[in-house]
Amino acid sequence: MTQLIWNGLFVGSFYALIALGYSMVYGIIKLLNFAHGDIYMLGAFIGFTVLSSFGGITASMSIISLLFVLIISMLLSGAAGVAIERIAYRPLRNSPRLAVLITAVGASFTLEYGVSAIAGPNPRVFPVRLGGNSFDFLGARLSVPQVILMAIAVVLMLGLNMYVQRTSRGRAMRAIALDPKGALLMGINVNAVITWTFFIGSALAGAAGVMAGAYYGKIDFLMGFIIGLKAFTAAVIGGIGNIKGAMLGGLLLGLLEAFGSQVFGGQWRDVFTFAVLILFLTLKPTGLLGERVTERV
Amino acid sequence: MSGAKLGENTDATMAPRRIGQPQSRISQFFESRQLGWVALGIALIMPFIIATNYAMNIMTTAAIFVLLASGLNIVVGYCGLLDLGYIAFMAVGAYTSGIIAKAFDLPLIFTIPAVLVMTILAGLIIGAPTLRLRSDYLAIVTLGFGEIIRLTANNLSITGGSSGIFGIPGLELFGIDLQQPVIFYYFCILVVSLFVLASGRLGKSRLGRAWRFVREDEDAAEAMGIHTYKVKLLAYIFGAVWGGIGGVLFAAHLSAVSPQSFVFLQSALVLMAVVLGGMGNMRGVVVGAVIISLLPEFLRDLGNYRYLAFGILLVAVMVFRPQGFWPARAWEPERPSDPPPEPVAAAGRAAKTKRKAR
Repeated sequence: MTQLIWNGLFVGSFYALIALGYSMVYGIIKLLNFAHGDIYMLGAFIGFTVLSSFGGITASMSIISLLFVLIISMLLSGAAGVAIERIAYRPLRNSPRLAVLITAVGASFTLEYGVSAIAGPNPRVFPVRLGGNSFDFLGARLSVPQVILMAIAVVLMLGLNMYVQRTSRGRAMRAIALDPKGALLMGINVNAVITWTFFIGSALAGAAGVMAGAYYGKIDFLMGFIIGLKAFTAAVIGGIGNIKGAMLGGLLLGLLEAFGSQVFGGQWRDVFTFAVLILFLTLKPTGLLGERVTERV
Repeated sequence: MSGAKLGENTDATMAPRRIGQPQSRISQFFESRQLGWVALGIALIMPFIIATNYAMNIMTTAAIFVLLASGLNIVVGYCGLLDLGYIAFMAVGAYTSGIIAKAFDLPLIFTIPAVLVMTILAGLIIGAPTLRLRSDYLAIVTLGFGEIIRLTANNLSITGGSSGIFGIPGLELFGIDLQQPVIFYYFCILVVSLFVLASGRLGKSRLGRAWRFVREDEDAAEAMGIHTYKVKLLAYIFGAVWGGIGGVLFAAHLSAVSPQSFVFLQSALVLMAVVLGGMGNMRGVVVGAVIISLLPEFLRDLGNYRYLAFGILLVAVMVFRPQGFWPARAWEPERPSDPPPEPVAAAGRAAKTKRKAR
């Protein structure tokens, strides 16, 4: 039981990291960034490349080198997110929603097959895997890497929350989410803040990618597709556009999945998740923490 | 009302651009009624030009692809609902017909009623809860639905698991075996052109006008008395039926169905055909579908680069030419009973209403 909860929370923290980017971007410009899951994949591949080129540093990945790779990968995948926003989304800011959604699908496609063209279509084995002992805690078996990765995820999430709540940039983000025109009139550089939001969201997804690569040890160019869908589910469960909701939704989805696959069997895990998504959209489309948004004409 | 929403209603890049008869000679040619016959003629002549098994195989696949694109055009092009799991309906159709045909030893043609029931059910299950929500949610739910169908087919034993079902009996009609490649190709062309025609006619019907109204401005459509939810659901169900029939043809063509045929890539390719061809314009969509399905055959050597190119192309089209290469034009033939327009009087009226508005 505690084992299930722990596993759920561990996987859930990955979902939460990715869901944050989905939710932030959606909150600010009401765009479903389909390419977000692929940024996660890109982050994993950047981490892979960095580790391969500095292969001699560590055999069993030390914390320092993991952090180093993590930061480089976050910066680069953040930059990729900004580039996508600039090239694909910004010219369409005032276009019909359908056009923007299709562009997002195109961006996702470009990332997936771009990486596949460069790195090859076959799965790659991450050069270093986090090794470590495992220990028992309250009847659950925890391993050291799990604890480390979870700690990194929690630190990143808390940092983001502080950033959005305490800094002036964070206040600007919240202002734009509330009312883009009003924010513009109050002298906020809306474009700069949107760019910055894309950077942060993509950087978090990139971090999740590196962490997943280091933990599971195998990466491929389609790994972002399913997890992007799941992160979206997490964002919907928590209430899309809400940062705390995305974190809560991610953890909750991880738990649901852990128990769901226990009950229905592992091969039904993804089906169960998407069924949860459809159920949530039917019964409570605003999510747990989302506010009721009435669309005015 | 937020800025984004305002932009959505006023921006006319995707809207039909002109009312009235097309002006130039070229436009007239492209809008002419004979064009469909020309396309059908080309499709019918093709086997006389090249009739290797390989070519027939590709062309049959292309014909089925055209059917899928014309179905997705109803959902995306006419009604403006983004469906990212369209291939799931094809999967439902293919599996239903394959399983029933094998279980009861029926000819494939008799499974069509069951296929219709199943695809309409699938359309209802996925459409009914989500069509009340914003269109973005629909996009992601359809994406999830596509995965659910594929994974379910992968997990269940009745669908043969990951190896799928094979040995599906071929099509047979009035004692004629249609499995011969060329004959099957002609049969496909017949079915596909009927469905393409039906889809085009649907677009011009009362329902089609309602769809386009919903696409352009849902709130206004609602205010004018269109039951938007019902209309959207209908678009969705029509799309599902088209996909299901495509699935039957697919099962008959390959005589085997497996989950690998229904990955997201396939849905994205169908969507690409609709978007590149010109959303809402059936002719453009047919051309787009033929190009998208044949192009990879010519670019086999490029490997995964061709999908990369597709992705870039999709973004580029949306940024530079969102209406597609051959966009829909709204023009309705003037009926003889209509009074001829009086430019002066009309201008006067316009001025008057303008004054009144102030």
